[in-house]
Amino acid sequence: MTATMSRNAEQTSQGTQTLTIAKGLNLGLRAAMEADNKVILLGEDIGRLGGVFRITDSLQKDFGEERVLDTPLSESGIIGAAIGLAVRGYRPVCEIQFDGFIFPGFDQIISQLAKLHYRSEGRIPVPVVVRVPYGGGIGAVEHHSESPESLFCHIAGLKVVSCSNATDAYWMMQQAIASDDPVLFFEPKRRYWEKADVDMTAEPAPLMASRLVRRGDQDTANRATLVSYGPQMRTCLDAATAAAEDGVSLDVIDLRSLSPLNLEPVFESVRRTGRLVMVTEAPSESSISSEVAARVQQECFYSLEAPVHRVTGFDTPYPPAKLEEYYLPDLDRVLYAVDQTLAY
Amino acid sequence: MSSPETWTHPEPGAVPAATAAQPTPEQVIAGLRATTEGGTELTQLLTPEGERVASPIFDGFVSDIGAEQLRGLYRDMVLVRRADREGNALQRQGQLGIWVPLLGQEAAQIGSGRALRPTDMAFPSYREHGVAWARGVDLKDILGIFRCTDQGSWDFQGSRLHPYTIVIGNQVVNAVGYAMGQKFDGKVGNASDEGKAADSDEATITYFGDGATSQGDVHEGFVWSSVYDAPVVFFCQNNQWAISEPTERQSRLPLYQRARGYGFPGVRVDGNDVLACLAVTRWALHTCRNGNGPVLIEAFTYRMGAHTTSDDPTRYRLSEELEVWRLKDPIERVRAHLTRTDGADQEFFDAVDAEADEFAAELRDFCVNMPDPPPERIFSNVYADPSPALDAQRDSYLSYLAGFESTAGEG
Repeated sequence: MTATMSRNAEQTSQGTQTLTIAKGLNLGLRAAMEADNKVILLGEDIGRLGGVFRITDSLQKDFGEERVLDTPLSESGIIGAAIGLAVRGYRPVCEIQFDGFIFPGFDQIISQLAKLHYRSEGRIPVPVVVRVPYGGGIGAVEHHSESPESLFCHIAGLKVVSCSNATDAYWMMQQAIASDDPVLFFEPKRRYWEKADVDMTAEPAPLMASRLVRRGDQDTANRATLVSYGPQMRTCLDAATAAAEDGVSLDVIDLRSLSPLNLEPVFESVRRTGRLVMVTEAPSESSISSEVAARVQQECFYSLEAPVHRVTGFDTPYPPAKLEEYYLPDLDRVLYAVDQTLAY
Repeated sequence: MSSPETWTHPEPGAVPAATAAQPTPEQVIAGLRATTEGGTELTQLLTPEGERVASPIFDGFVSDIGAEQLRGLYRDMVLVRRADREGNALQRQGQLGIWVPLLGQEAAQIGSGRALRPTDMAFPSYREHGVAWARGVDLKDILGIFRCTDQGSWDFQGSRLHPYTIVIGNQVVNAVGYAMGQKFDGKVGNASDEGKAADSDEATITYFGDGATSQGDVHEGFVWSSVYDAPVVFFCQNNQWAISEPTERQSRLPLYQRARGYGFPGVRVDGNDVLACLAVTRWALHTCRNGNGPVLIEAFTYRMGAHTTSDDPTRYRLSEELEVWRLKDPIERVRAHLTRTDGADQEFFDAVDAEADEFAAELRDFCVNMPDPPPERIFSNVYADPSPALDAQRDSYLSYLAGFESTAGEG
């Protein structure tokens, strides 16, 4: 175990590495476990198997069965036991196998995880991370492609974040584990195998901050702001590249922190561009995209040249996967919305 | 049809009965209640008449309990009953929004609560005022919950009494997680060769009712504790009623027997017998500390009062039932035992009553003088790391409120 740990510590000090999002998460978990022996992982199939997506690959082998627990098939038990472990002084990281399986744990998340710090007037911190692979595009059966993040954003006391790239996967995971607040960590499962060069030594961006990841050309009237997070960031960045070829300049913002929202970079961008297109896989009604639209019209009213446009999943259950290419926002739907907002 | 307790695998060639073959309601009730005494497997050390009954299994766990200690347990029960009565009165007088009476359950709570070591952890539901008292929590610190000024203000970590949990059954999995932590911390199973638990060994107890046994969280807690050998005592106060629903609406078989299905011991104890509750809980904690995994205790008791002050039990149960249970009062049997064994005299009983009145008066005085929390409290402690967005919402609202004050000043 010592040899493995030092080898990885060496790896992490070598500057830039090319990592997938999955590997970034894995190394982030490993780094957090090395830094603090109170960090323990709980989930179904995360030990010997390394998780159905292999995010916890080799961690049980290196850290032992008391730090990487293959749990009973019991999501309320996973969250509920994690809360008890946190009260005891541990920093549990739970894996929910798929987005659609989180609901048996919903009661514990809403009634205990989100409220214990408040109820105890700050005397009981609950540093629990709940990892949730989410979103569609993987050709799966029902309950394996959902985007339930807005449900959790509605709950005070929870922090909700989503990473969209390997750098954030690596750092945000460590930051979420270090946070004394409960964090719902949504992982874009269809992007798990996307690679990026990760500077393992650079100072990471704060966890609860959105980020302008592409700044458009300011010397054109044909400009707009794209806001998204998680799996749709790739779509938005591709859209910005395609739009640039047509002379349309797009700012692209990754929300990263979904609750509480950090919208200052969005306001700043919209005040410049006057136009906003919000892109999510989740359905639109009473969602993060609704919230962003409401807040932008309040803060940027005099800067807006067009109504806020939203490109989202539809207000339906997630369809059978043969239909998901129609359901999921894609390059064309995003560009179409950009054209619409520019037409005002 | 056999009773649920004796059900076995079908005989070869047997086919399902052509007509409904489930146990009759009478069979279920007979199994659940066995008799009004709780059945032959009920562990009892003090009869309702105050007679000491020998128990080869459990006597050793109360060999240190002489007259002085029994007087202490008596005093505990009288004080919490008096505090409970004051809680009811304060609610009726509008000083509390609601009160959750424990009347009738004093022995279950004091007996089990006094079985804990200071380093043990307890996860209560919302009726455990007696457990709170036994943990050394000032009962003034639970009043805020029911006056709706806060959600409990005791030192949760110092007292090792987790906040009251109102959602039925939630605390059971939380307790199991905590107990797993005790085990991971190496605080379990350090007994000497003679089986004496090490002083550093710890266990967790969690409280819930007969109604909670139908919750998924309780089931999941049973599963988790057994597969991880978590040192947790599941202390089920079966007070016979989940608001208006009797135990037969929750179970076909006696609750303590459920433990068998999860692979750990289940014990039914007379929940109105403080000595038996103390002994059985001490035994259970001991087996937990020694690393044997969980124990389920069904404390067979009765909710003599309403579910809460908002409830009206006359709509769903007969007063005859109450009269039967009144004869099994947890305090009276200790008083009878102390009297018949010369363990206490009238002077002692009078002194405890006087102390209880004083105790209640202090609670009352404290309660009626509790200030309302300031409006900014709404926004406090939502997050451990402050949220700028929430801070802005708070500041906006406070300046809105301040606007009224300046207007009033001008008027």
